[in-house]
Amino acid sequence: MIRKEFNAIVIGGGPAGLAAALSLRNNGIDNILLTEREDALGGILLQCIHNGFGLHRFKEELTGPEYAERYIDLVNETNISTMVNTCAVDIIDNGDSKTVILMSEKEGLVQAEAKVVILAMGCRERNRGNIAIPGSRPAGVMTAGLAQKLVNRFGYMPGREIVVLGSGDIGLIMARRMTWEGARVKAVVELQSYPGGLNRNIVQCLNDFNIPLYLSHTVTNIKGNSRITEVDIAPIDEYREPLKKEQFTLKCDSLLLSVGLIPENELSLKIGVELDKVTSGPLVDDNLMTNIPGVFACGNVLHVHDLVDYVSEESEICGKAASKYIMNLLEKAEEIPVKPGNLVRYVLPSKAETGKENLISLRSMAPAENVTLYVKSGDEILYKKKHRKVFPSEMQRIPLKKLPENCSQLDVYFE
Amino acid sequence: MKKNLICISCPLGCSLDVIYEPNKIISVDGATCKRGKAYAEKEIFNPERVVTSTVKIKGASIDLLPVKTDTTVGKCLMKKVMEEVFRIEVKAPVKVGEVICKNIAGTGANLVATRSLEAN
Repeated sequence: MIRKEFNAIVIGGGPAGLAAALSLRNNGIDNILLTEREDALGGILLQCIHNGFGLHRFKEELTGPEYAERYIDLVNETNISTMVNTCAVDIIDNGDSKTVILMSEKEGLVQAEAKVVILAMGCRERNRGNIAIPGSRPAGVMTAGLAQKLVNRFGYMPGREIVVLGSGDIGLIMARRMTWEGARVKAVVELQSYPGGLNRNIVQCLNDFNIPLYLSHTVTNIKGNSRITEVDIAPIDEYREPLKKEQFTLKCDSLLLSVGLIPENELSLKIGVELDKVTSGPLVDDNLMTNIPGVFACGNVLHVHDLVDYVSEESEICGKAASKYIMNLLEKAEEIPVKPGNLVRYVLPSKAETGKENLISLRSMAPAENVTLYVKSGDEILYKKKHRKVFPSEMQRIPLKKLPENCSQLDVYFE
Repeated sequence: MKKNLICISCPLGCSLDVIYEPNKIISVDGATCKRGKAYAEKEIFNPERVVTSTVKIKGASIDLLPVKTDTTVGKCLMKKVMEEVFRIEVKAPVKVGEVICKNIAGTGANLVATRSLEAN
């Protein structure tokens, strides 16, 4: 087995890994390894050929591959080592150093050691098994992201008559993409009473093509022997029970699932990283360091983001903190808990540091109108912002000013 | 006349209340930046979109090159653009931003590459 030594290893060459590796470099760290299991850097951005990326970061609207290429070019200008076609299969904690076991197509089994490991593995899609749709098990039932990969990277059409279950952004984007490619998208079916994806995607991916969106509906049955032939769709009641009387059937040859994303943390668990039950990502402090000193996490492996711009921003913060850790400069001020309150599904990080600026991300529990977002320490209001509308699909980011030393807990809630 | 639009200029998706007459906008309410008003004007009288797709590429490590129109095109012209896109085949190498097809389908927009692919 080949042995290698680095100052830092970044696992995952998508937007999080690219930005984290660059940030390490820009903060004075040499000898960095960035690993990627696919054949090119860029991650999921490479198959997201639609536009809408980079408005915050680059002040222009880019497609996924363009956004990725900007970062890849920056990485290539540095001396960051990259390994593609390389899968990280294990991480071991040796206290001061970590060992990452890599399977590389080119180099075989590699044992890489570093003081810091940044987890940037991203997330994967929930599939049919996760949501237990009844029916037969024919071909043609797949996640929207897989369909996206087939169409955009390999040029295969998964089908001609499509039903999409779930109104997450990937499902909406794929509804438009399949239509452009000549398929007929018959319906997008959403269990919730509101869309899962961004409003702009409802407009430009569904309304533009008169694709019906069935809110508060679900697929109750998948039919077909070798290939899916039709699905039953029914509205649901307040207990999410299907109303069989109002059930209807749509013929289709494909069912695309856009029913949520799960941070991919099997590797994190191997080294003993503790996960948050709500986000399914690691529990981190405000330096985005996990419970294992020297192991950091950023991007969708930490919590699912809706904007890649925020992934890059978060990963830069992570890389900067990791660089301080390597140089033994990571000072720990007093940590206080950050607690989600009314209408807040989760807050990240779960701990803030006093005497420092903190960036807090959160999502609302449900859609709401005319609410005010508060961050309070006891009775003291540290942040207050009115929102005309909030949606769970839109992550809120709160830049907090230097926290007073006497804070003991932050409460984050809508009112 | 009154219309409620969702601005698609950025992921914020502001809800716009537009009051307009047959050939001019009277007011746009609800936008959090200046792009909202410009969007409302276009969306009411001549809606436009960017088209993104892929074209066949020979001699690269993969078979598809992602492309986009470099400006928005009329919504009603999207289909024509796609019909043209289906017919295009290019050869590697290609640089990001390179024009693949000038004035595609007579829209005035150019089709440009959105990824660099080296020849192999």
